Amino acid sequence: MKARITVTLKNGVLDPQGKAIEGALGALGFDGVNDVRQGKVIDIELDETSKDSAQGKLTDMCEKLLANTVIENYHIDIL
Amino acid sequence: MKTSILVFPGTNREHDMAAAVRSVSGDEPAMVWHTETQIPQSDLIIVPGGFSYGDYLRSGAIAARSPVVKDLLAKAKEGVKILGVCNGFQILTETGILPGALMRNAGLNFICKKTHLRVENNETDFTWAYEDGQTILCPVAHHDGNYFADDETLAMLEGDGRVLFRYADENGEVTPEANINGSRNNIAGIMNARGTILGMMPHPENLIEDLHGGLDGRGLFESLLEKVA
Repeated sequence: MKARITVTLKNGVLDPQGKAIEGALGALGFDGVNDVRQGKVIDIELDETSKDSAQGKLTDMCEKLLANTVIENYHIDIL
Repeated sequence: MKTSILVFPGTNREHDMAAAVRSVSGDEPAMVWHTETQIPQSDLIIVPGGFSYGDYLRSGAIAARSPVVKDLLAKAKEGVKILGVCNGFQILTETGILPGALMRNAGLNFICKKTHLRVENNETDFTWAYEDGQTILCPVAHHDGNYFADDETLAMLEGDGRVLFRYADENGEVTPEANINGSRNNIAGIMNARGTILGMMPHPENLIEDLHGGLDGRGLFESLLEKVA
């Protein structure tokens, strides 16, 4: 089973990298670009066959390692 | 002063720390590899700087889940003094021992230079050898030193006198211009509620001898030596 985890910064946490990307897009002439936020995507392949059990395992992984919940949110997609 | 220095793959400041401890206390610290499950009985445990695991995922994230960290958490509970510098501070926040997180520097640059710090609270085991409000010189070398904590955590840290060092100008003024990395409230170092654990981004271990260009880092090690040994 394949899963994709998306980690994004929480609202209210400043994202200097997102700001730099926003500036670069503006410099390339892309108008109307606002509030760019950078995150990360982690793809995982699991031996698991049950979706529920996979969801539980992935949530545990996010809480314990993949996201720093002080500053980040995570979203799990089972593909 | 019985000192243990934790070493992870990618740690690179452990010998600077050892030299500082040796210079101030005369004692030889023990190096403890990350796969150890038991840290020797210590007065002080140091988590030094570097780039553990290449800063993969998040700075300090993978080191914070190493085997040795289980015992670090146990020793933290016992009240053993712990000092985390730079990557060590990042590791301590990642374990949850210290609140908040260290994010990419606001200017996105890796910053490697001498900065000034204001000592905000000298009534601690880490800072008593300094004057309250003293301005000290201290080098920084980091990419992810931008201290973030939510409003509630920040109010708690400030209210309880747990901010020990702030980025300041040479006159000790805490200004936005002196805030080299965008940290909230110019925070450079904080301690836990019990006053037993300090995390800071700047490197006091690198201002220990005249050849370093100053001695301002000695005060921190002298404070610890007096209080724990």
